[in-house]
Amino acid sequence: MAKRSYTKTPMREQAPEIRNQNFEEVALGYTLAEGRLEASRCLQCKNAPCITNCPVMIDIPGFIKAVEENNMPMAYEILSRYTNLPAICGRVCPQEKQCEMVCRLGRSKKFEPVAIGKLERLVADWSLEQPVEYNEVSGEKGRVAVIGSGPSGLTAAGDLAKLGYDVTVYEALHAPGGVLTYGIPEFRLPKRIVKQEIERIIAQGVKIETNVVVGKTLTMDEIMTDFDACYLSVGAGAPKFQGIKGTALNGVYSSSEYLTRVNLMHGYQFPKYDTPVQESKNVVVIGGGNVAMDAARSAKRLGAEKVSIVYRRSLEELPARQEEYHHSVEEGIDYHWLSNPIEYIDDGTGRLAAVKCVQMELGEPDESGRRRPVTIPDSEFIIEADTAIEAIGQGANKVLLDTFPELALNKWGYIDADEETCATSIPGIFAGGDIVTGAATVILAMGAGKIAATEMDQYIQKIKQGEPVK
Amino acid sequence: MFKVLERRELAPTEYEILVDAPRIASKAKPGQFVILRIDEYGERIPLTIVDRDKHAGWIRLIFQVIGKSTAQLATVTTGEYLKDVVGPLGKATEIENYGTVLLVGGGVGIAALFPIVKGLKEAGNRVITILGAKNQNLLILQEECAQYSDELILMTDDGSIGKQGLVTDAMEEVFQREKISTVWAIGPSIMMKFCTLTAQKYKVPIYVSLNPIMIDGTGMCGGCRVTVADSIKFACVDGPEFLGEEVNWDEFVNRMQQYRPEELLANKRYEEQVISNG
Repeated sequence: MAKRSYTKTPMREQAPEIRNQNFEEVALGYTLAEGRLEASRCLQCKNAPCITNCPVMIDIPGFIKAVEENNMPMAYEILSRYTNLPAICGRVCPQEKQCEMVCRLGRSKKFEPVAIGKLERLVADWSLEQPVEYNEVSGEKGRVAVIGSGPSGLTAAGDLAKLGYDVTVYEALHAPGGVLTYGIPEFRLPKRIVKQEIERIIAQGVKIETNVVVGKTLTMDEIMTDFDACYLSVGAGAPKFQGIKGTALNGVYSSSEYLTRVNLMHGYQFPKYDTPVQESKNVVVIGGGNVAMDAARSAKRLGAEKVSIVYRRSLEELPARQEEYHHSVEEGIDYHWLSNPIEYIDDGTGRLAAVKCVQMELGEPDESGRRRPVTIPDSEFIIEADTAIEAIGQGANKVLLDTFPELALNKWGYIDADEETCATSIPGIFAGGDIVTGAATVILAMGAGKIAATEMDQYIQKIKQGEPVK
Repeated sequence: MFKVLERRELAPTEYEILVDAPRIASKAKPGQFVILRIDEYGERIPLTIVDRDKHAGWIRLIFQVIGKSTAQLATVTTGEYLKDVVGPLGKATEIENYGTVLLVGGGVGIAALFPIVKGLKEAGNRVITILGAKNQNLLILQEECAQYSDELILMTDDGSIGKQGLVTDAMEEVFQREKISTVWAIGPSIMMKFCTLTAQKYKVPIYVSLNPIMIDGTGMCGGCRVTVADSIKFACVDGPEFLGEEVNWDEFVNRMQQYRPEELLANKRYEEQVISNG
């Protein structure tokens, strides 16, 4: 074998000055040869730490060995034992904080970790080119409802179908996928990939019904009557606004609205698609997470001349993925570190003219362990802007919860569910993903979906055998 | 896919459709709405549920052609399908026995008012209804409203039916002659604003139904946000009904104009397509 390369096998990308004008995927994927080269860097550890640091515990050395041996069907077979959404996870997981963070190769001097995510993506993309096999589900084991078709719901649904359950997923929007469809932009996660991956889950025997708002179109009573158990995976989709002066001006958006218009409604293809997105010259995005990066990079692609991100802490505390931050800088996004908006200024006609900000400095650490930003007196400054997008986080959507007061919530308004079992205060009702944890990552939501599927299976079988269930 | 069971022209540029949607029909209450999307390129537009039949499983929608999507919706005929219809959305009107209630509808807003007229009448209220429009042809749902009203007052700009004048003129008359417990007003924002001022003058509570720009209609984007009693509310989940005196009207009217250039562009492009396709 050739000497192990110190660095990851690079993945080809669209050039920054070209990609910031289109919505095509930035990272172009490995060829089989590149994949085999990268796979050969894996040390094939016994008791591999990467496995235990993966929320769905994929047999990482196993699938990588199959790639190295050019056995793609085997690699895919191994992956699909653990994950229902590999093409998505390979692209959007923060591997640097999970599997790749503990990679033994990466721990040794001078070496970068194995590019686990990129290899997962290679195998998954290969599988999407293969014909789909449709499974018949007898449903003899029982009937399960999954509320919400985001990553958590889809994972639970896929696993339950594999176990032989008759699974129906209810989705409020007109397209399934949750944040994968309305939130994460095309240039990070092509919707073609999301559709194909969901098609694979439907092929397992899962039924997906769109345009159903549980709590409104169907009640929880009806769900509990018609199904043996139910998994609530409705996410944390209600946008928060800072509520500063001028929030109602035209040109001020929540990131959820901006991204929904762009992604779900294809606003970037207006007027071929009917939903418009405002044309902007100067855009200010508020926040430092992946959602802020997505909104800023989308605005640039929609033709904005200048896009700035205003973040109240510094680069060190930025919660967004490193890779996304670097991509954003390459694409010409500016940063105002240690800054916070305090007012949106009217142009005199009810439209946004500028964002007034203040400088911050970092004080003592808060409960999250991050240093708390404190306003510096007399440090106001103005950024000219016709569009401002607030990406400061989301909370629990109350539509379902308000119609279901029996369900216990925690002090933040999320569902109070056991992290080990996903069980809620009501027998037969399980919950997981962002509606339990608050906005987190795709892979954590999937991890909860896996746990829920196992626990729901045990619950239903106990009930069917007449055993008492807590 | 949702089948259009029936389509009728009610007035020039105003249409009624019955849509096969059994789940929505079984749950809908007065004051609630649906969001629909005509085809895969379509935008999501909100329309009030005017009526429903639980057993037959249909809902009734009324719309006015005001832009691209409504113009296209007017071409969907009996037996054809809408891609997506979701609902019922929003909070229902608080229907109870208030005593004597006054209901004011203007233009296509009458469609949204009708289920509330019907609901309040069925709850035992004495119902006085004022309907207003530009002219007789645009005064929709007269018979239906008459059926559920103890008194029906018609107002037109040109006097072609009922009295010539504004709905607020009729409100003044009613307030001067008798005690009203609660008012509802639905119509163009400028009308609802002035109805609010009139009701405030007589210290009668008034509910209005706001129709801001919406996208998902389920509380996940805030596109429909309105300032009510100095706090941010989402009309799709907290409303669409609010107390008129608490609504920041100037802001509401301003936000409705947000996409004017794009709306005009889309409409122009659609008209050109329709012409070139004959």
